[in-house]
Amino acid sequence: MLDDKDRIFTNLYGMHDRSLAGAKARGHWDGTAGLIANGRDWIVNEIKNSGLRGRGGAGFPTGLKWSFMPKESDGRPHYLVVNADESEPGTCKDREIMRHDPHTLIEGCLIASFAMGAHAAYIYIRGEYIREREALQAAIDEAYDAGLLGKNAAGSGWDFDLYLHHGAGAYICGEETALIESLEGKKGMPRLKPPFPAGVGLYGCPTTVNNVESIAVAPTILRRGAAWFASFGRANNTGTKIFAISGHVNRPCVVEESMSIGLKELLERHCGGVRGGWKNLKAVIPGGSSVPLLPSHLCDDAIMDFDWLREQKSGLGTAAVIVMDQSTDVIKAIWRLAKFYKHESCGQCTPCREGTGWMMRVMDRLVTGEAEIEEIDTLLDVTTRVEGHTICALGDAAAWPIQGLIRHFRDEIEDRIRARRSGRVGAVAAE
Amino acid sequence: MLRRLHHHQPESFAFTPANLEWARGQIAKYPEGRQASAVIPLLWRGQEQEGWVTRPMIETVARMLDLAPIRVLEVASFYFMFQMAPVGSVAHVQVCGTTSCMICGAEDLIGVCRDKIAKAPHTLSADGKFSWEEVECLGACANAPMVQIGKDYYEDLTAEKFAWILDELAAGRVPTPGPQNGRFASEPLGGLTSLKGFAKTHEANASVALATQLGDTVKRIDGTEPTATDVMRGASPMPVRKKGAPKARATGAGESDAALREAETVGRPEQGSVAGSKPALLKKPRKGGADDLKKISGVGPKLESLLNELGVFHFDQIAAWTDDEIAWVDERLKFKGRIEREGWIAQAQALARGEGA
Repeated sequence: MLDDKDRIFTNLYGMHDRSLAGAKARGHWDGTAGLIANGRDWIVNEIKNSGLRGRGGAGFPTGLKWSFMPKESDGRPHYLVVNADESEPGTCKDREIMRHDPHTLIEGCLIASFAMGAHAAYIYIRGEYIREREALQAAIDEAYDAGLLGKNAAGSGWDFDLYLHHGAGAYICGEETALIESLEGKKGMPRLKPPFPAGVGLYGCPTTVNNVESIAVAPTILRRGAAWFASFGRANNTGTKIFAISGHVNRPCVVEESMSIGLKELLERHCGGVRGGWKNLKAVIPGGSSVPLLPSHLCDDAIMDFDWLREQKSGLGTAAVIVMDQSTDVIKAIWRLAKFYKHESCGQCTPCREGTGWMMRVMDRLVTGEAEIEEIDTLLDVTTRVEGHTICALGDAAAWPIQGLIRHFRDEIEDRIRARRSGRVGAVAAE
Repeated sequence: MLRRLHHHQPESFAFTPANLEWARGQIAKYPEGRQASAVIPLLWRGQEQEGWVTRPMIETVARMLDLAPIRVLEVASFYFMFQMAPVGSVAHVQVCGTTSCMICGAEDLIGVCRDKIAKAPHTLSADGKFSWEEVECLGACANAPMVQIGKDYYEDLTAEKFAWILDELAAGRVPTPGPQNGRFASEPLGGLTSLKGFAKTHEANASVALATQLGDTVKRIDGTEPTATDVMRGASPMPVRKKGAPKARATGAGESDAALREAETVGRPEQGSVAGSKPALLKKPRKGGADDLKKISGVGPKLESLLNELGVFHFDQIAAWTDDEIAWVDERLKFKGRIEREGWIAQAQALARGEGA
C-alpha cells in the first residue's frame, strides 16, 4: 500500500487548492531552476535510473526515449509534444492530472523540454476534454504570469513556451505520428517509421512525444531521486502508477498506487471489491481496450505490472482496469470494442480498414449465436492477418481483445452457437 | 466512415468579431508558415458559434489559413466531433457507449434518447431542440455511464436522472454537470482511500467549477464569454461557492440557433511584419487621468505598469492598434501573442465605448 507521502499526484481528486499557490504548497515548482542547473545528461540519467517506463501504454523506457533526441541542434528547433489524447476505452487518468494537478504536468514540460533541447512544447489534448482544456490553459497562463514559463522560465535561464492544442474526436490521434499529423493540421493518419519522430517529427523537426503521466511524474522523480521512485514495484516495473478502475466494482475510482500491486488488493482496497464479491468476478481487462482480457481464474494472483501481465499474454497498457462480473455478456463486451476499432480505424491501411469491419460483423453474429462453430477459427485467423500488417498498432489493438476472448471464452461462444441452433434458451453446462 | 457535407447549406458564414480576434490568437501559437495547425481550433470555434460545420465555414477557415478548401473539408469530415448536419438548438447530446459505459448501463441512456429525442441518431427532435448520437469512449470511465452535453460531462448517471436532465434543458434550465450521485470527482464513492491529508478547499471539481462559474454549458460561443483564465486571474484560488449561490444559469441558446448571419465572410488576416510599426504613444495620461487598463482581461498590475512605461494609458490607444502595431508592442513587451490571444483589441474597443469588457 502506497502512503500519501509517496504519492506524486497529491491533488488527484481536485479537492485541495488547485491554484499555483496550492501546487507550490504541495511541493511542486520547488527548486526547478536547480534541477535544470544539473544539466541535460543528469536529468536523462536520473530518469533512466528511476526505471520509468512510458505511461501511455507501450511501456517504453522514458529516459531512453529522451536520449534519442539529437544532442546538438542542426538549426532545426526541437519539440516536446505531450500526448493528452486520452482515448483508450477504460482510461481516464490523465484527465485528473490535467484538471486537478496541472502544475505537475507544466513543470514536467519545462524540465523534459530542457532535457531534450526544446524551447517549445505542445500539449495535444483530446477535443472532448473541454473543461479540462480550460483548466489546463488557466494553469498555463498562471505559470506565465508567475514567470515559470516564457523567457528565462522559472529563473532557469532556459526560454520555454508551452502551447495547448486540441483534437476533435479521433482515437487514432493518440498514436504519436498521427498526433503529429493532426497537430500540423491534417487528418490524423499515422506515418511510416522510420524516420522516427526524434529525427523527423513535428514540422519536420526532432520531436519527442510522451504521455501526460510520464511527463508529470518527472519533476518529483528528480526532486526525490531515482532510487526513491525505483523503490516501488518489481524490477523493471518501477514507480507509482495511476490506475483507473471502471465497471463492476462497488466503488469505481481513479487512484495512484504502487506498480506491481496485486489486482485483488487494488480492487478491494480502493474500490470496495467486485460487485457481489470476488467469486462473482468473470473477467478483467487490465490495461484498456487494447489488451486481451484475463479470466477470473488468472485474476486471483494477478500482479499489475508490465511484465507479469505480458507473461499472461495480456498487458498493463494504460492501467485502465475494466472489471466484469458474472452478469456480463463478455462476448458482447468484446464486440463493443470491435465496434470501437471499426469506428476509429483511420482507413489508411487495407488490413485494418477492411479487417476491423469484418471482425466486427463476425462478432455481431457471435453475440447472437447465429454463426457456425468453424467461424471462430476463421475469425482467429483473420485477427492474425490484421495484426502486424499495418502502419500503426491500431490493427494489433483491434485483434488482441478478440484473440483474448477466443483464448479464454471459446466454450461460451460455442455454447451460445449450439444453444441458438438447438433452440434452447441459454447454455446450461452439460456436466 | 462516410461523412459528407449536409445537403442544405447556409449562404454565408462569418466569425463574430470577438471570435475572429480569438482565431488570430490561435494562429499565432504556431511557427511562421505553419498556420495550417490552427485548422481544428478554428473549425471548432466555428462549430461552437453555429452548432455545426457548414460549407461556408469551411471555406472561410480555408481562406484564413491559406489552405485549399478540400484540406479543411477532409479535416472536418475526418474528426468525429465536427457535426456535419444541423444539431438541436438547445443541445446535441453525446452518449458514451463504449464497453465501460455499456456494462454500466449506457444502453438505457440511449433508450432515453430514443424515447425523448428521436428514434435515430443525428436526427432533430420534433421541437428541434435536441439531437443525439452514441459516441466512442469519452474518457470518464470511472464515472460511467456518462454523457456529454455542450461543453460538459454529466457522470454517474441513471436513466431516470438522465431523463430529468433532458427535461430541465428543454425547460431552459441547465442542471449542474459532473457526477450525479454525490461524488466529487473520480474518488471512490462514500469515502477517500487515499489523499486524506489536505484540507478540502473547493466545493466542486475543476470541471464543475468552471461550468458553474462560466455558465456556458450549452451556450453558442461568440467569443465575448469570460474564460477560465479570467476566473483564475480574478481570484486565486478559485473561491468556494457558497451554498445557495446560483448554479449554472440557463442560457439563451434557444434563441440564437437560427442566427446564420448574412454578413460577409472574412478574408485572410494580413501578416504583420516581424518588427512591426510603432503605435501612437503618450508621455503622460491625458487630462482626467489614465484608464484602468486592468479592466482588460489578461492585463494585471504588472502589465499595466509596463504599458504605462511604454506610453499607453488609455483604452482608445489600444483599441486603435493595427496588426503591425500589435506586433511592435508584442515584441517590445515580450507578450508572445497575448494581445491577440486574449483579444485585447476587442476588449479595449468595448471599454473605450464605455461598455464593460
